[in-house]
Amino acid sequence: MSWQWFHRLSSPKWFYQISGRMLPWLWTITLALLAFGLYQGLYNSPADYQQGNSVRIMYLHVPTAMASMFFYVYMAIAAAVGYIWRIKVAHMVAVSIAPVGAMMTFLALFTGSFWGRPTWNTWWIWDARITSELILLFLYLGFMSLHQAFDDREVGDRAAGVLAMVGLVNIPIIHYSVYWWNTLHQGATISKFEKPTIDPSMLTALLTMIVAIILFALCIILIRIRTEIMSREYGKQWLKEEICQ
Amino acid sequence: MMIKILLHRELLRHWRSRQDLINPLIFFVIAVSMFPLAVTPEGELLEQIAPGVIWVAALLATMLSLESLYRDDFHDGTLELLLMQSGSHYKVVIVKIIAHWLTSGLPLVIISPILAVMMHLKGDSFWALLSSLLLGTPVLSLIGSVGMGLTVGLRQSGVLLSLLVLPLYLPVLIFGASAVTSAAMGMEYSGQLAYLGAFLFASLSLVPFASVAAIRVSIR
Repeated sequence: MSWQWFHRLSSPKWFYQISGRMLPWLWTITLALLAFGLYQGLYNSPADYQQGNSVRIMYLHVPTAMASMFFYVYMAIAAAVGYIWRIKVAHMVAVSIAPVGAMMTFLALFTGSFWGRPTWNTWWIWDARITSELILLFLYLGFMSLHQAFDDREVGDRAAGVLAMVGLVNIPIIHYSVYWWNTLHQGATISKFEKPTIDPSMLTALLTMIVAIILFALCIILIRIRTEIMSREYGKQWLKEEICQ
Repeated sequence: MMIKILLHRELLRHWRSRQDLINPLIFFVIAVSMFPLAVTPEGELLEQIAPGVIWVAALLATMLSLESLYRDDFHDGTLELLLMQSGSHYKVVIVKIIAHWLTSGLPLVIISPILAVMMHLKGDSFWALLSSLLLGTPVLSLIGSVGMGLTVGLRQSGVLLSLLVLPLYLPVLIFGASAVTSAAMGMEYSGQLAYLGAFLFASLSLVPFASVAAIRVSIR
């Protein structure tokens, strides 16, 4: 039936083989998009009339921030699939996403901080969006350290999976609480985010970079999953054949 | 009937190891009384920082008390037997959470007026603190039970537990502290209390599922 591809995907061997065939293509597309996006963003688009050249930080900041949220949802869904149907590969996917997602979150905060210095004249501001991004980083770190705390990797998978699902339900609540908290104290900072209508060349660069960064993260995640499969399936016959080829 | 027996057993167990319950309370008082020493003994400023200080201290004290929820029962095998024999895992977990709140959340609420007086909270903000803690601490017990269930089998779980649970406590902290702040400024604070009540009922209906899943991971 049509579900067959899904079941086949749950076999580490099949996942390893198909991802090995996909990776070169994915890398090619990613690098091409990255090159075009960076050229368009850093060179071929105008500087902002107010922010000057510091607006170019946006071409990294917005994509990493989007990726950080997107990959948390992806991680939680993978963990839920692994928990409910006891699919080993799904857990490997969740575990491999976590460090990449955490890095994306960190980069979003880091680039945002460097953009805030010239624009708002401060490295850090307790703005609602920034604070919920920081909490997201804590959630990623919690997932990673819980998984590492268990000697038995499969127990760690299930424990971290429960945490990821609880986090997924909690994220909207945390997000709106933080918004509420912020608007109570100071409403002005949010309006700084509202940009005037964007120049077409800037929009092209931004959209390209969003796709490129998400694809880039996917490539890294695929490599991590393959490493995870290799370390867990250590000594299996198919893996030996695969590597000796 | 089953629930009554379980609850009686839980309360008796907590009563017999009451030092474990008193220590978080002492921590709560000590942590709050550090702030006037570190920041300022002046009444006006104390009144401003008091809501946040008391709420953060309550959060940390609850975290310290979470150990008593599962730890002993897990290590002598009682928890496993209870889960096997009770027929319903939910009953065991929910009774344990209720007993935990009665023995560590409620004492925090009862002791908080003393701290409120020490931190110069007056009139409305006094009542706001009391009612926000009364609505908020059960949520802390509920959410904490998930983190504790996940880490009970680990040797060094203290710091890890705080890493897992504190980000999830954030909404309660925000609305709890802001209820007291609003009251101190002479504003209406029923909105914040309504949010806390909503959190309480939402977590009361959803958290036991996660909590049972968490404890099942630790007991194999």
